[in-house]
Amino acid sequence: MSEAPALAIRGLKKTYSNGVSALKGVDLTVKAGDFFALLGPNGAGKSTLIGIVSSLVNFSEGDVDVFGLSLRNQRAEAKQQLGLVPQEFNFNQFEKPFDICVNSAGYYGVSRELAKVRAEKYLTELQLWDKRDAVSRTLSGGMKRRLMIARAMVHEPRLLILDEPTAGVDIEIRRSLWKFVQQINAQGTTVILTTHYLEEAESLCRNIAIIDKGQIVENTSMRALLDKLDKEAFILDLAAPVSEAPIIYGFNVQRLDSQTLEVEIPKGSELNGLFGALSAAGIGVRSLRNKSNRLEELFVRLVDQGKVPVAADNNKTVGAAI
Amino acid sequence: MNSLSWVAFKTIFLKEISRILRIWGQTLVPPAITMSLYFLIFGNLIGGRIGDMNGIRYIEFIVPGLVMMSVIQNAYGNVASSFFGSKFGKYVEELLVSPTPAWVMLAGYVSGGVARGLMVGAIVMLISMFFSDLSLAHPILTIFTVILTAIVFSLAGFVNAVYAKKFDDISIIPTFILTPLTYLGGVFYAVSLLPPFWQKITYLNPILYMVEAFRYGILGQSDVSLSVALPVICLFTLGLTYFCLSLIERGVGLRS
Repeated sequence: MSEAPALAIRGLKKTYSNGVSALKGVDLTVKAGDFFALLGPNGAGKSTLIGIVSSLVNFSEGDVDVFGLSLRNQRAEAKQQLGLVPQEFNFNQFEKPFDICVNSAGYYGVSRELAKVRAEKYLTELQLWDKRDAVSRTLSGGMKRRLMIARAMVHEPRLLILDEPTAGVDIEIRRSLWKFVQQINAQGTTVILTTHYLEEAESLCRNIAIIDKGQIVENTSMRALLDKLDKEAFILDLAAPVSEAPIIYGFNVQRLDSQTLEVEIPKGSELNGLFGALSAAGIGVRSLRNKSNRLEELFVRLVDQGKVPVAADNNKTVGAAI
Repeated sequence: MNSLSWVAFKTIFLKEISRILRIWGQTLVPPAITMSLYFLIFGNLIGGRIGDMNGIRYIEFIVPGLVMMSVIQNAYGNVASSFFGSKFGKYVEELLVSPTPAWVMLAGYVSGGVARGLMVGAIVMLISMFFSDLSLAHPILTIFTVILTAIVFSLAGFVNAVYAKKFDDISIIPTFILTPLTYLGGVFYAVSLLPPFWQKITYLNPILYMVEAFRYGILGQSDVSLSVALPVICLFTLGLTYFCLSLIERGVGLRS
């Protein structure tokens, strides 16, 4: 008999009291043990969906099962399987990290003795043990995010939901966080992730769903999604300034500034032709890099199809769009 | 109570006790100072001129009322501020996402309110011994009444916190409803002194029954029969418990 999915959502609808329809019949399945990305622009319904799964938002219609346990009929048992790391800090800022973790474990029925052992384990793994007795409001933003992860782990849930856990966290801490989350995923914890940093989703997650206007517009494996890309964009740093973008057959070239070009290349094309044409035009290339990660391009395309305004920037994130 | 419920209850209760003791300057000291002043001014300085109340020295007449007033205000204030604080700081979500049953959550917060009410009540009772010479006429009734009253007002504080949207909302009810009802609930005077019309109005005040039952427990006499006072207190306890549980189950003020 196959294991029940970590999360099974069927026909989920949510209409708020002000009449706003946040979810319009969402169907979604996350396999046990998966590392799953849930992406979508602002207001797409991600937070509502996570809120319903974690019992912070009431749902209007549909069914939600966590490891086969229905939120309608077996809510307490379903909640026991779940750990939530929300977007906003939601712990008592006047309490100590150690107490926050021990108390949280208590709400799941973990005895005080065991809760203390686990609090030490997860605070240590998340490099917060030295801060265990500090008043929480004195912690940095990154430390507060790690504290929420430690708190979510003290009852050792089978499904961990991380809602933008690396927002405002520096690169070093972000990497150590992902290492930790990958480690617990490897140990069997299913992870659902929403993030602003699409390269994180691309590099960490095996499967992905994109939600827009309260509906799932894409739900597939990361590999299958990335295979849909038919072109890539590169940024070329030039050896000398150019006054205009060269016209090269088969490539879409744009001039970003006097020494920078952006080139769109059809998937599967060779770069030799591009460099040959540039060389023939007397343009030397000093360096080459991807404009943005591939997932970002797909994401923008998917939400653009739905006419959702997206403020994509040239770097690694989709800014305020997600 | 299963293991989860018991552990969760202990966790909330200990957290509340720890909060009360951590901010003792705000939770335990102010009522001690206020009540000492009441005893000094109304009991010793003015009380001597007022004379007896229902055949009892005035200072001894007001002790049960003042103890009860402290219990009511502190039980109410503790749950209202603690639970609203958890809503305001969003850490109530720790409980809402957990499998802790609604009744355990309520029991934990109410126990915290009762604990603070009883702590303050004991402090005020202790202070009263410097000003009066009291003995408990009916100890079990006294304890029963004070605990039930603390439960009733902890539950009322919970209702206030559930509906409150800003900090002002948890001070409006104590200022404009609780304090007038307490002062007019027979704390400082015997109801029998009032004209018949105002006596009838006073009998609509639930706090009167709590103060009078407590007074009977300490002094052995009161203006309200126990056969009326105790059922009224029990009715309020049950009614508010049911109401609070339905608020949590429906997620009023907690879930969107």
